[in-house]
Amino acid sequence: MALPLHAEMSERIWYYCFRIICGMIFVFLIFPILVMFPLSFNAEPYFTFTPEMLSLDPAGYSTQWYEKFFTSSTWQAAVRNSLVIAFFSTLISTFLGTLAALGLSRPEFPYKTTIMGILISPMVVPLIISAAGMFFFYSRIGLQGSYIGVILAHAALATPFVVITVTATLVGFDHSLTRAAASLGSPPTRTFFYITVPLITPGVISGALFAFITSFDEVVVVLFVGSVNQRTIPWAMFSGIREQISPTILAVASILVTFSIILLTVLEMLRRRNERLRGMSAA
Amino acid sequence: MSETNASPELLKTPDGTPLKVALSRTLRYRKRTALLLVAPLFLFVMVTFLFPIFDMLSRSVDNKIMHEIFPQTTALLGEWDDSTGKLPDEAVFKALVLEGQVAAKEKTINKVGKRLNYETSGMSSLFRKTGRKLLRFDPEKLETNYTDVILGIDKKWKDIENWRLIKRESAKYTAAYYYAALDAQMTSAGLEFKDENKQIYMTLFGRTLYMSSLITFLTILLGYPIAFLLASLKTRTSNLLMIMVLLPFWTSLLVRTSAWIALLQKEGVINDFLVGIGLIGDDSRLQMIHNQTGTIISMTHILLPFMILPLFSVMKTIPPSYMRAARSMGATPFTAFRRIYFPNTIAGIGAGGILVFILSIGFYITPALVGGTDGTMISNFIAYHISESLNWGLAAALGTILLLLVLALYILYDKIVGIDNMKFG
Repeated sequence: MALPLHAEMSERIWYYCFRIICGMIFVFLIFPILVMFPLSFNAEPYFTFTPEMLSLDPAGYSTQWYEKFFTSSTWQAAVRNSLVIAFFSTLISTFLGTLAALGLSRPEFPYKTTIMGILISPMVVPLIISAAGMFFFYSRIGLQGSYIGVILAHAALATPFVVITVTATLVGFDHSLTRAAASLGSPPTRTFFYITVPLITPGVISGALFAFITSFDEVVVVLFVGSVNQRTIPWAMFSGIREQISPTILAVASILVTFSIILLTVLEMLRRRNERLRGMSAA
Repeated sequence: MSETNASPELLKTPDGTPLKVALSRTLRYRKRTALLLVAPLFLFVMVTFLFPIFDMLSRSVDNKIMHEIFPQTTALLGEWDDSTGKLPDEAVFKALVLEGQVAAKEKTINKVGKRLNYETSGMSSLFRKTGRKLLRFDPEKLETNYTDVILGIDKKWKDIENWRLIKRESAKYTAAYYYAALDAQMTSAGLEFKDENKQIYMTLFGRTLYMSSLITFLTILLGYPIAFLLASLKTRTSNLLMIMVLLPFWTSLLVRTSAWIALLQKEGVINDFLVGIGLIGDDSRLQMIHNQTGTIISMTHILLPFMILPLFSVMKTIPPSYMRAARSMGATPFTAFRRIYFPNTIAGIGAGGILVFILSIGFYITPALVGGTDGTMISNFIAYHISESLNWGLAAALGTILLLLVLALYILYDKIVGIDNMKFG
């Protein structure tokens, strides 16, 4: 959208105004996230920049909040819980979600829209309603306050993301490849593992990442279905903000942002790989 | 069948089955495998998700408590004509005493009192007191009749209105929670709405809808220019700038909420900055958090990527030649935008708008942390009734109304975008 040479004055003014407006919106988007990094190195227990920090005095900075995070048994237990719960719920939801996506993307699948609507419902229902429903149900069958309860709940919440991502990958799937394999005498299972799996792997991995992040970031359901033993990082942050707000929260937040940057990079690489593979299959 | 078999040119598979039969068999087989692949997830979602939600929502009409604890009393009350202005007859009082004694021993009588207390205050204490007295009562030493026993416990039992209430709430199902959720109450005179200034839930629904609409509007206002810019830049540059949209999208909700607390609070970054440059005095720091403003700012930030991404994907499909054609025919840039570009993006605005609206009316965490009192939304009250006031029926009724609202929007979203076309990232 470069400015053409023959642009009029008013167009020029608008062009630069528009850029400035967009710049301000980008600042709104990204500034709150970036500002946490310096704040998390505050030497004082405040949520703001101290005069020492502004004058770049080393005494104004410290890593004590990171030390607190890495030495506190509560936070370490929360990290462990988050990872364990996210790992197992990702496993369940990726497995079930991929199977379902394979079935759903077959052209002869009946009542596709209705079934898809039901499978996606965990993503649509407001979290508080899901949390309340699961709370009563898991209390009745004795799973409230157990790891299994939280893992099953998170798996249910995460499956729509896997189904949608893998289905999207399968939309571009060239079915003549499997037919070619079959015509060359390959049995269905062999075709599946040698042809289908390599092609859908990027979709499955990004679906799994979505599932992982859903569970890792989820707090409402775990607050209701879990007990203190299943306290995850978001839960600890939630109660931390409510009770005694300390820069440890900002240190944790900064670590999590770093984590999401890494994740974003992985996803972008997968997307490119997927595009490359599709280009191959189309050729 | 015999006719087709007789046809000489019928195509057959090597083992002799007609091709048509073989094909339909294969199709049936493939359909079955497709269903089998989906079945595990379908069952999983049904058992772990839909059934629990349905079960919870059914609490909003469930009223079995009276029926379970006082089966005979409620049955007899059913025959009592409440329009005569006379108290029920002795048989009802006898049933009440006998069943009340059992309930008092099992400590279930207070539950009935609590349930009726939602309708008329004072019922909880009446039932507690009655239970206490009945525990000490010995039917062997009955002096006159059961009516006197009950009336002797508390004079509230003489009030015909209370009996009407019990009769009304003896049914197995009730709409009382829905009335309460709409700030109304069923009395013997019919449905009564509360005064406007005493309405809690209507105000709350109104506020939730108002805040969600405002947030949706703000995300359109801020998201449109960004999506436009990203769609019109070269892929290489737009991919780079896209990171600034995707990073917030991938960052934890709690991280972003705490970031806004750090920025907006009274001793926070923005207030410090404003004091620092002398725009406001140190004693007149702005209250920007723990109120509606704070909730709207942080939720707009949180939901903005959900607006930009669908808008961007729609704008990407508009060929730039459209705008050039309009300009070449003499349209001013503004006219070309208004008549050509904008109408082509309506679908994207619809998709993103409904998505943001659906997400924001169900928001719980951010309003709970930064909402204060005037920034809380319907979800926060549902949570309150589940974990604090323990009025589960009312929570379920509020939840059902919220869910119906979301489902209506979801169907609209499906009509505009199609759930099959949903994508992320």
